[in-house]
Amino acid sequence: MRNQLETLAKPRPLLDRKGWAAFLAIGFVLIVLVPLLNILPGRGSALHLSDYLIPLLGKYACYAILALSLDLVWGYAGILSLGHGAFFALGGYAMGMYLMRQIGTRGVYGHPELPDFMVFLNWKELPWYWQGFDSFPFAMLMVLLAPGILALVLGWFAFRSRVTGVYISIVTQAMTFALLLAFFRNDMGFGGNNGLTDFKDILGFPIQAPSTRIGLYVVSVIVLGLCFLLCRFVTQSKLGRVLLAVRDAESRVRFLGYSPTAAKLFAFVLSALLAGIAGALYVPQVGIINPGEFSPANSIEIAIWVAVGGRGTLYGAILGGVVINLVKTWLTGAAPELWLFVLGGLFIASTLLFPKGIVGMVGQWKAWRDQKKAYALDDKAAAQKGAE
Amino acid sequence: MRPAMPLPSVLVENATAGLAPEVVGKVRVSDTQLYLDGVSVSFDGFRAINNLALMVAPGELRTIIGPNGAGKTTMMDIITGKTKPDAGEVLFAGRVDLTKLDEVAIANLGIGRKFQKPTVFENLTVFENFELALKSARGAWKTLLGRLNSEALDRIAWALDTVGLDTKVEDIAGSLSHGQKQWLEIGMLLVQDTQLILLDEPVAGMTDAETKQTAELILTLKGERTLVVVEHDMEFVRDLGAKVTVLHEGSVLSEGTVDHVQNDPRVIEVYLGR
Repeated sequence: MRNQLETLAKPRPLLDRKGWAAFLAIGFVLIVLVPLLNILPGRGSALHLSDYLIPLLGKYACYAILALSLDLVWGYAGILSLGHGAFFALGGYAMGMYLMRQIGTRGVYGHPELPDFMVFLNWKELPWYWQGFDSFPFAMLMVLLAPGILALVLGWFAFRSRVTGVYISIVTQAMTFALLLAFFRNDMGFGGNNGLTDFKDILGFPIQAPSTRIGLYVVSVIVLGLCFLLCRFVTQSKLGRVLLAVRDAESRVRFLGYSPTAAKLFAFVLSALLAGIAGALYVPQVGIINPGEFSPANSIEIAIWVAVGGRGTLYGAILGGVVINLVKTWLTGAAPELWLFVLGGLFIASTLLFPKGIVGMVGQWKAWRDQKKAYALDDKAAAQKGAE
Repeated sequence: MRPAMPLPSVLVENATAGLAPEVVGKVRVSDTQLYLDGVSVSFDGFRAINNLALMVAPGELRTIIGPNGAGKTTMMDIITGKTKPDAGEVLFAGRVDLTKLDEVAIANLGIGRKFQKPTVFENLTVFENFELALKSARGAWKTLLGRLNSEALDRIAWALDTVGLDTKVEDIAGSLSHGQKQWLEIGMLLVQDTQLILLDEPVAGMTDAETKQTAELILTLKGERTLVVVEHDMEFVRDLGAKVTVLHEGSVLSEGTVDHVQNDPRVIEVYLGR
């Protein structure tokens, strides 16, 4: 009894032995093998991984971080945020502003300080909120602060007023829509409709160069791995259990003396930070950030990734983010008119048929098989009885 | 510190029914564990609680009965901060004004509550339910980095043993029987280290044997903790043998021993006689 309790009380490992093996194996393939397959074999070789795949995989890694961040709040704390695209976009804009400042005199108008769109709009000097973005560390700080502070303020007001369930979804959806409208405006100073683009280099490396792309891809995968471990650390801790308890019976948690507001705020802000990081990694790889990233539909799509992959498992979210985007890449090329139907269909199917997502299907299938076996035995017994 | 103040005579009469005569007249607000006076609350014009007065001494076991709609659960909501009263005083340990605090602060003062419908965390194991209930730092950072020490394990072991769930430690709480969930919830209150325990219908849905065991459990806690038990099951109330407060239409109708209230004509009229 006492021994059992002591075992249970031990801090939980981030991953078990099998989990680490899988984690390291996947990490090896993505970080070592994939770049090598791109660099080493000749262009004609069957083993050659073509250049366009590298930023594509890097993009998937960013989507996976984004899905992970939503799973932390939705799968564990029960907050279905339909505004995570906004945190992603804010992180992306912060990175975009740094990249714009790196263009220098190479812009179309050749202005030493002002980005092209400001010259075009006849602005005379850099607005105050663009100051400092020529520094990479400052921009990285903003990648975290912009989404973090927004999540902190929004979450604080919403959670302490006990806004939960569908209402928090609506609030977050309204937030991203409001930001979409704001960023569309030219006088916001973020490039309006066109957003920020025409980037030249990042930390001195030419952004279009294959080697830079491999670098960005590798960094994205490493960050994904670290974010996954960080989320595991949170969910394996006692706070992880508090979050589950808040998800399942929020008022009961209050009567135990925990503040659901604090727990949810922690998860929400951490999640927004991860989403911001995902956005910052995404922008240099796709070469543009525009207000479209704030579109409410984008945020809903993230929820679909997580639902299809499997909520409350972290790796399910990553899987969902990658698989759905693979399908999207393929289908929007092969039969673009079908994509939205497939996406909607997947969401309906995941709700009705596999509520635990792709990762839950294994368990569901096992349960179904056992049930079938049990029925078969029953039938056999009944038949025997009938024969007697 | 709140100065001792003389009590309304009706309250003294109620609170001291059953006490030795030499004690009567010496009860001070500062000596009470729980003190409610003149408490009223209305919902859309319906007076759920109407000028309610109640005093519970430290270590006392008090049972509260009353017909449906008498305000029993609302009273618990007021004590635990879920509902704010429109008027009246609610004091814990004779000095802490509970009407000024929210649920979280009240829980951290040492007031625990078991709900009418057992509410345990169904997706967590029995052990994890205890772990969450255990008295410990409640902040987000503290829980992120929190570890269980040996003393904490002793408490959990003791509570598991007390409520008889020691063979179910690793079971998912959702898989427990109804009675076991009730006990788990009581066990959680024990490790939460609450001074005042409010139990809302702790034996609802239990078998007779389970009801008897629960009564025994509650009696072992008496003296050590202050307990307020709301119950419909008169057999169980009789087993507890504690002072009974009868609520009716949001205020105290009668107070005293089980026999006293059962023979009170007003009680018979509104409740028992029906």
